[in-house]
Amino acid sequence: MSDAKLQINNLYKIFGPKAKKFVPLVKEGISKQELLDSYNHVLGLNNINLTIPQQKVQVIMGLSGSGKSTLIRHINRLIEPTSGEVIVDNKNVLEMSQTELREFRRKKTSMVFQKFALLPHKTVSQNVAYGLTIQGVHEAQAKESSHIWIEKVGLSGFEGHFPAQLSGGMQQRVGLARALATDAPILLMDEAFSALDPLIRTDMQDILLDLQNELQKTIIFITHDLDEALRIGDNIAILRDGKVIQEGNPQEIIMTPADDYISDFIKDVNRGKVIRIKSIVTKGSCRGPNLISSLTLENALKELNKSKTKECNVIDEGGKKIGKVSLDSAIDALLKTNVSTNERYK
Amino acid sequence: MDFWTEIPSLGKRDLRDLKKGIDSAFRGFSREYGDNIEAFFDPLYYFLVWLEKLLIAAPWPIILFAVAGLSYLGSKSWKLALGSVLSFVVIGYFGMWKDMMATISLISVATIICIAIGIPVGILMSRYDRVQGAITPILDLMQTIPIFVYLLPVVMLLGIGRVPGLIAVCVYALPPVIRLTNLGIRLVDKEILEAADSFGSSYRQKLFDVQIPLALPNIFAGVNQTIMMALAMVVIASMIGVKGLGMPVLQAIQNQYLTLGLMNGLAIVALAIIFDRVSQRYGKRLQAHRYGKDHE
Repeated sequence: MSDAKLQINNLYKIFGPKAKKFVPLVKEGISKQELLDSYNHVLGLNNINLTIPQQKVQVIMGLSGSGKSTLIRHINRLIEPTSGEVIVDNKNVLEMSQTELREFRRKKTSMVFQKFALLPHKTVSQNVAYGLTIQGVHEAQAKESSHIWIEKVGLSGFEGHFPAQLSGGMQQRVGLARALATDAPILLMDEAFSALDPLIRTDMQDILLDLQNELQKTIIFITHDLDEALRIGDNIAILRDGKVIQEGNPQEIIMTPADDYISDFIKDVNRGKVIRIKSIVTKGSCRGPNLISSLTLENALKELNKSKTKECNVIDEGGKKIGKVSLDSAIDALLKTNVSTNERYK
Repeated sequence: MDFWTEIPSLGKRDLRDLKKGIDSAFRGFSREYGDNIEAFFDPLYYFLVWLEKLLIAAPWPIILFAVAGLSYLGSKSWKLALGSVLSFVVIGYFGMWKDMMATISLISVATIICIAIGIPVGILMSRYDRVQGAITPILDLMQTIPIFVYLLPVVMLLGIGRVPGLIAVCVYALPPVIRLTNLGIRLVDKEILEAADSFGSSYRQKLFDVQIPLALPNIFAGVNQTIMMALAMVVIASMIGVKGLGMPVLQAIQNQYLTLGLMNGLAIVALAIIFDRVSQRYGKRLQAHRYGKDHE
């Protein structure tokens, strides 16, 4: 499977008839509200710079209106930018001709939608094969490979059904299979699981993580749900008013929230389940047992409590010692919800 | 004071000259190009005559068989097929068979023409807002202008007969199929179109694979309306010499033949009901996927 480097540089999107005119104003720092009040233009994206890690899950999180759906639609140019660039494999998507863009969409990206967006007049099998038939793949061949993907998402036996006959969770499995069937290296998921009820959502997250283990795609996953972001994200970018306000791995976001907005966002998170001891490791060693660095606080607490010195050594996946943790520091990390450490981040 | 009591007007002489000028210009145009325009419509005339002759010459059992088959294929309902055949038998029994065949041939040709023009125009309108902006007022005009007003120039150009009648019918019956094609395509879910785009569909692929299939129920409602409006024009078309069930109705109005008018009028109604029910059922079956074939 081919790889694709994905980078977003200085991306701006302003909605309104004279959008281009206001880019300099936005660059000078006019606020979203001011732009709306004085000029009746809506600031969608404000100087987005992101390097998306290859073959990882990049989550883009934000509340509604933060511009996250606008951002993901710039990657395959379903929305035209006002200024900036989206670089995939050293090519600027935003400068492609219509033909190049079509080829790019066919081969490099595929997308899963919040409301599934299946073709209601086509069967499950035809829906999954849709991307391939667009590319001109022979019907029999497209059908054959569509069946492989239908099986992978656990929908065998439903090939001949129409989308309206399936439940929401099943419909989104079709959506996922349709996106995977084209073998594109970049998978764009726009609030893909937000419309599903919580149990089904967790199921779908499992399916996605399983498939990701096998396929190693570059996934851009949009969500407003922090638990979901922490669960599946290798890297998280938090968007507010069209601006990235913090970017980092889940541990960094939880341990060092960049501002009050984010601390507010993460205050209800079950820290014991999310924080791993590698985030609180300190230098030195002790006489306690060894714990692996990816252990969650919740599980580490038991071990730390059992240990006589209330301390444990931390080792990485390779078994190498990288430091120690103490019971006190673990409890500290568990309780800390204020932004005492945010100075460090700034 | 005159200013307040009388609206400023062109004056009788100027007005008369203006009307005369336009009239004679049009008459000149029709004398000059009338034959060419008539020749242009010749293929249409031959097709219409051919179809009419075919329907009249065909043995009546074959026609009945075709009626049963078509209405069953369209509606998948034995009741409707049987009803259609019965109506045809009754209409034939009361001596209106030939007129009915003439009317059916006119309606069929008019519908084919309306579809052939209407669907592409509707597609263009849905694609370009400017085309929609330009054509919508024309459609409004076509639907509101009194029929006799455009009947007159058509007759002046082409004389009386089948072709001008056909044109009059088409002018009146064309708007619904255009409007509903445009509307149907514009109503297709935006997210589904986004999905089609995101997989790299070209405009053609999107149109034929997604937009038209999803707009089909609406397009078909337009075709249904077009057929109904064409039938409604049958009597007026007979005024400019179109044969069919409209002709006896016109005679009945002129001579106060109550029964003749009633019989032919009812025959038109029967045809309308059959066309309507069959095409509506067919349209409904087109969207069967929306509800699922059989919900487990």
